[in-house]
Amino acid sequence: MHVPDGFIDAPTSAVTGVVAAGALAVSLRGARRELDERTAPLAGLVAAFIFAVQMLNFPVAAGTSGHLLGGALAAILVGPYTAVLCVSVVLLMQGVLFADGGLTALGVNITDMALVTTVVSYAVFRGLLAVLPRKRRSVTVASFVAALVSVPAAAVAFTLIYAVGGTADVPIGKVATAMVGVHVLIGIGEAVITALTVGAVIAVRPDLVHGARGLRQRLQLRVNGALVDAPAAEPAAPVPAAARTSRRTLWVTGLVTSLVLAGFVSFYASANPDGLEKVAHDKGIDKKEKEHAAADSPLADYGVKDISDARLSGGLAGVIGVGVTVVAGSAVFWALRRRRTDDASPVNTGV
Amino acid sequence: MGAGHAHRLYRHGHSPVHGLPPHTKLAAAFLFVVVVVSTPREAMWAFAVYAVLLASVAYHARVPAGFLLRRLLIEVPFVAFAVLMPFVAEGERVHVLGLSLSVNGLWGAWNVLAKGTLGVAASVLLAATTELRELLLGLQRLKLPPLLVQIASFMIRYGDVITDEMRRMRIARESRGFEAKGVRHWGVLAKSAGALFIRSYERGERVHLAMVSRGYAGSMPVIDEVTASGAQWRHALTLPCAALVVCLLGWFL
Repeated sequence: MHVPDGFIDAPTSAVTGVVAAGALAVSLRGARRELDERTAPLAGLVAAFIFAVQMLNFPVAAGTSGHLLGGALAAILVGPYTAVLCVSVVLLMQGVLFADGGLTALGVNITDMALVTTVVSYAVFRGLLAVLPRKRRSVTVASFVAALVSVPAAAVAFTLIYAVGGTADVPIGKVATAMVGVHVLIGIGEAVITALTVGAVIAVRPDLVHGARGLRQRLQLRVNGALVDAPAAEPAAPVPAAARTSRRTLWVTGLVTSLVLAGFVSFYASANPDGLEKVAHDKGIDKKEKEHAAADSPLADYGVKDISDARLSGGLAGVIGVGVTVVAGSAVFWALRRRRTDDASPVNTGV
Repeated sequence: MGAGHAHRLYRHGHSPVHGLPPHTKLAAAFLFVVVVVSTPREAMWAFAVYAVLLASVAYHARVPAGFLLRRLLIEVPFVAFAVLMPFVAEGERVHVLGLSLSVNGLWGAWNVLAKGTLGVAASVLLAATTELRELLLGLQRLKLPPLLVQIASFMIRYGDVITDEMRRMRIARESRGFEAKGVRHWGVLAKSAGALFIRSYERGERVHLAMVSRGYAGSMPVIDEVTASGAQWRHALTLPCAALVVCLLGWFL
C-alpha cells in the first residue's frame, strides 16, 4: 500500500520525513555493526532480493493472488537494521523510479512500511524466541507470529498517521476497521509465506538466518560411551544462567498473560457494543468512534457489520498494543542497561 | 503494486530536459510536488495550471502523452479508494443521481486524485528523462548518505540479475510440470523464495570479495562529478517557481 502525494497533509509528511531520516541514520550505524564493511554489497543484494520477491505471486484462489511485503522476512533473515535499510531503499527507488508512492509521502511510506513492520516483527520474534524452546521449529513459529502481527501493525500505524494528518474527512473508526480488517487477511498470507521461506532457508543455510543465530548447538564429545560437553573456547560464567532462566519465566508469564488479556479477553468479553467501545476508547484508538455512533448518518444499517468487525479489530488492536508496548519497554530497558554499563566501565578501567 | 516493473521508464533523448544535471531535476520535481501538496483543494483552477505546466515540461522533453498516461495507471489502487470516499465520509450530504454523497468526501476524493495524479506525473517525467546512474549520482549530490546511495546502486545493478534468476527458477518449475494453483502450492514457491535469498546473499558475498580484490575500502570512487551552472539551476527551478506563484495565488484569491 504505497501512499501517494496529497493523501497526508504537508506538516505531517514533514514530521514523518524527519522520523524516517532519523531511523535511516540509526540503521546505517546499526547495519555497519551487523555487516561491517560488507554493508553496501550485501544490503544492496538483499534489497534486490526483496524487490524481486515482491513480484513473486502467490495464488490464493479463483484467479486472485497476493505477494509478499517482505518487512518481517528481511528483519528475521538479515537483522533489523539492515532490514530497515533494505526496505527503505526499495521504497525510495520505487518512489523515484517507478512513481509508486509519492515523493512527499516517502517519509510516511518509510515510517509505515519499513520502520513499523520491521521493528514490530523483530520485537515479537525476539520476544517469542526468548520464550520458546531453542529449536528450529520455534524459529519458524516465531517468524509466523512476527509476520502475522507486523502487517496489521503497519495498518494501525498508517491509521494513526492518517488520524493526525489525513486530508479526507472519513471517520477514523471506519478507516481503522477497514485497514485493520483487510490487513489481518493480508497478514495471514504474509505469515504463512514468511514462515515457509524462513524454514526453507534454515533447512539449507541456518548460519545465514540472523534470527536463528542463538540456535547453534554446543559441540559434544562421546568419551567412553557417554556424551560430554566439549570444553568451550571461553569459559562461560555459571551465574548468568540462573538469572537467565528466571528472566525467561518472567518473560513467559508476562508476555502470555498480556497477550491473552489484550487479544482474547477483549475479543470474547465484549458481548455488548458499549463494552467494546470502552475498550477501544481505553486504547485511545477510536476517539471519534463515539461521535460517529451518535450521529444519525444514513449509513446506520452498517451498524451490525461495524460491530462484529470492530470486535475483531479491538482484540487485534490489543495484541498489537502489547507488541508496541513490548518494544517501548525493551527500548527503555535496553537504554537503562546500556547507561548502567557505561557508568560501570570507567570505574573498571580506572581500577 | 509490485508486478511488472521494468527499466523501460527511461526514454532516451537529447531534449533540453534530458540535458539538465540530475540533481537539479530531482530538486525541481521534489519542490514541485511539495508546492502541489500544500495548495488548498478549493482552488481547482490551480491544479489545472499545474497540469498545463507539467504538460509543457513533457512537450519540451518530447515525452509523448500516451507514454505518460499509461504510466499513470500505477495510481489505480488509490483511485478506487478515492471513489469510495464520498460514500463513507461524514458531514453534510448532497444528492446526485439518487446517491447520497458527502460534500467533504467529494472534496477529499478530488484532493487525493488531483494531488496524487500530479505527483505521479512529475515522478514519471523525472524517471523518463533521467538515466538510472545519473539519478543515483544526483541523489549523492543532494547529500544523501553515500552508503545509502551505494546500497541503492547495488540494488538497481543487481535487481535485474535477481529477477532473472527468479524467472529461471519459474521456468525450471514449470518445465517440471508444476503449476501454482492455490494455497497448497505455497510451500514450493516459498522454497524458491528461500533459495533466491540464499543465492542473493551469496552473490553479495562474492561481489564484496571481488570489490575488495580490486581495492575497495568502503567508498566508491567518483569518476564523473556532476556539476550544475547557475543557468541550469535557473532552468530547472522554473517549474517549481511557477508552481509556487500559482500556489500563492490559490491561497490569496
